[in-house]
Amino acid sequence: MREAAVVSQPNPLQRIPGVAIVLVLLIALFSTIAPGFLSVANLSNVLVQSTILTMLALPMTLIIMTEGLDLSMGAVLTLTSLCVAIVSLATHSMLLGLGAGLLVGAAFGFANGWLVAIVGIPPFVATLGTLGMAQGLSLIVSDGQSVVGIPHSVRDIYSATLLGVPVPIVMALVTYAAFHGLLYHTRFGTYIFALGGNREALRYAGLSPNRLLIAVYAIGGAMAGIAGLLMTARMNSGHPTAGLGLEFDAIAAVAVGGTSFERGNGWLLGTLLGVLSVGVLRNGLNLISLPSSVQVASVGVLVIVALFLDGLRSRA
Amino acid sequence: MTDISKDAIAPPRSFLSQDAIQVFYRLLAALLICAVLAVLSDSFLSLGNILNVLRQASLTFFIASGLTLVVLTAGLDLSVGANVALSACIAGTVIHKTGSPALGILTGLACGGIVGLLNGVMVTALRIPSFIATYGMLWVLNGLTYWYMAGETLHGFPAGFRQIGSGYLFGLPIPVYLLLVFLGIGTLFAQRTIWGQEIYAIGANPVAARLSGIPVARRLLLVYAVSGTMAGLASIIFLSRLNSAEADIGESLTLPAIAAVLIGGTSLFGGVGTVFGTFIGALILTLVLNGMNLLSVSANWQPLVTGIIVILAVWLDMKTRRRAQ
Repeated sequence: MREAAVVSQPNPLQRIPGVAIVLVLLIALFSTIAPGFLSVANLSNVLVQSTILTMLALPMTLIIMTEGLDLSMGAVLTLTSLCVAIVSLATHSMLLGLGAGLLVGAAFGFANGWLVAIVGIPPFVATLGTLGMAQGLSLIVSDGQSVVGIPHSVRDIYSATLLGVPVPIVMALVTYAAFHGLLYHTRFGTYIFALGGNREALRYAGLSPNRLLIAVYAIGGAMAGIAGLLMTARMNSGHPTAGLGLEFDAIAAVAVGGTSFERGNGWLLGTLLGVLSVGVLRNGLNLISLPSSVQVASVGVLVIVALFLDGLRSRA
Repeated sequence: MTDISKDAIAPPRSFLSQDAIQVFYRLLAALLICAVLAVLSDSFLSLGNILNVLRQASLTFFIASGLTLVVLTAGLDLSVGANVALSACIAGTVIHKTGSPALGILTGLACGGIVGLLNGVMVTALRIPSFIATYGMLWVLNGLTYWYMAGETLHGFPAGFRQIGSGYLFGLPIPVYLLLVFLGIGTLFAQRTIWGQEIYAIGANPVAARLSGIPVARRLLLVYAVSGTMAGLASIIFLSRLNSAEADIGESLTLPAIAAVLIGGTSLFGGVGTVFGTFIGALILTLVLNGMNLLSVSANWQPLVTGIIVILAVWLDMKTRRRAQ
């Protein structure tokens, strides 16, 4: 079955329409029905609010390209956000907080990669297990309470600007540039394409697919650690359920962005446009005062439609 | 996931003794946990606590038994918890509006079944991988339920209806009788009917199953619909036991159900496992969580422990399968 599917060279030009049309349609829709959607303040709000999702969706793209999945990302983000809050509260140091978040995130990512690559557990079940573990640890370290009173140095990250651009957006752009360079301009990136498309070829080339897989998942965990810093800064506190479910928005962004779940094709710019689509959808529904529950359901429908179209494309 | 040649070597289904050995080990594990808990806690062996464990396990079992059939076909249904929540809220509303528990029960079962059928359509007709299709469904259902309930809680149901979840018959909780009934039906269906055997065949080797004339798509639809309907049944028991319904009741149900299936020895790769094993799995998980409760470990630890158990169970399964080859 899968062995027979020849990896076709990804052709981004062919895919630009899909996600770009979704984004343009959503923007057109909400600029007509949602008052204030097109204001500069609201649009920059959409951008800033999409930064955390960007940091999850980019590594999620790499993971899905390896025919994997990381369901634990939202729960790990919650845990790292709490770690940032607790450590920065105790040490008054933003950097130590970030270090703790990165460490915990990378450890979870490493564990995911180990379970998937070495133990051989299917990714969705392995990461479902670590989801439970991260969620449990979040409840345990916080005792189910919010962590408040974190230092200004953490909070300011979300509101500060660099040359007039909000720092979260700068961070998201740097992340995008780093992932773009990693995927398209390094040998590691080429290997990631091979992990999803042709794992045997990697073995024949004398490379260890397992180590590469672990690295991909560990990068995902580490990014959840950095996103944890932004989350804590944004909420000005650590909360034991803050990021739960965010992995779904990340998966949605990747799926809408045209990355295939079955063929090892990935497209980072598509993921970025997918993140913006999810951001615009949630923001627009919010402006016409539909509750967050409807937003969740619409993102769910968006994913299923995107996957259906992906299935059609793969059969065409 | 795995290459087909490996699946083909999986022990044939009629190898009942192999299944029996696996179930026997799990029964031993359950007894061992009981012995440890009896030593550690005075209240474990009290009649009240044992009935409580059985009642708790029955709820997990209802969700997990339908899920077992899905996992036997090498699929997964991540939407069961969210399905329970939506079905409970809709059934609760119907009972409140019409005053008829029978109508409410039918609505709950139908709601669960329709959601399951939709999952089946996504997996068969739209060819979306089951874990991602049902994961999308999870969030659609969550969204619908929260929107429908708008933060309200349904409370107070007729006394007769509440008997289903909290009543007793000859000293045993009524859910335990339901558990025995569905354990029997599930085992008979899986082991003794052609449809059941076809489900095993689809999980062991979908290509061979299709080539030998099994209507794969129709059996898959059936399996997802059954999983949804069992979630609907669980929603009724939940509703009548808690005597209330809220939008968030399903959130903590999916992981335990998957854990019960995996502890019970059903393989994620399809074709291996039994409904009875899932019952033992539900029992073991409930015993562990009950024991933590008796030893006054904070409930905050439950997701962590359940997550570890899920991973351990899959790891054990893969190890025994590797040795079997």
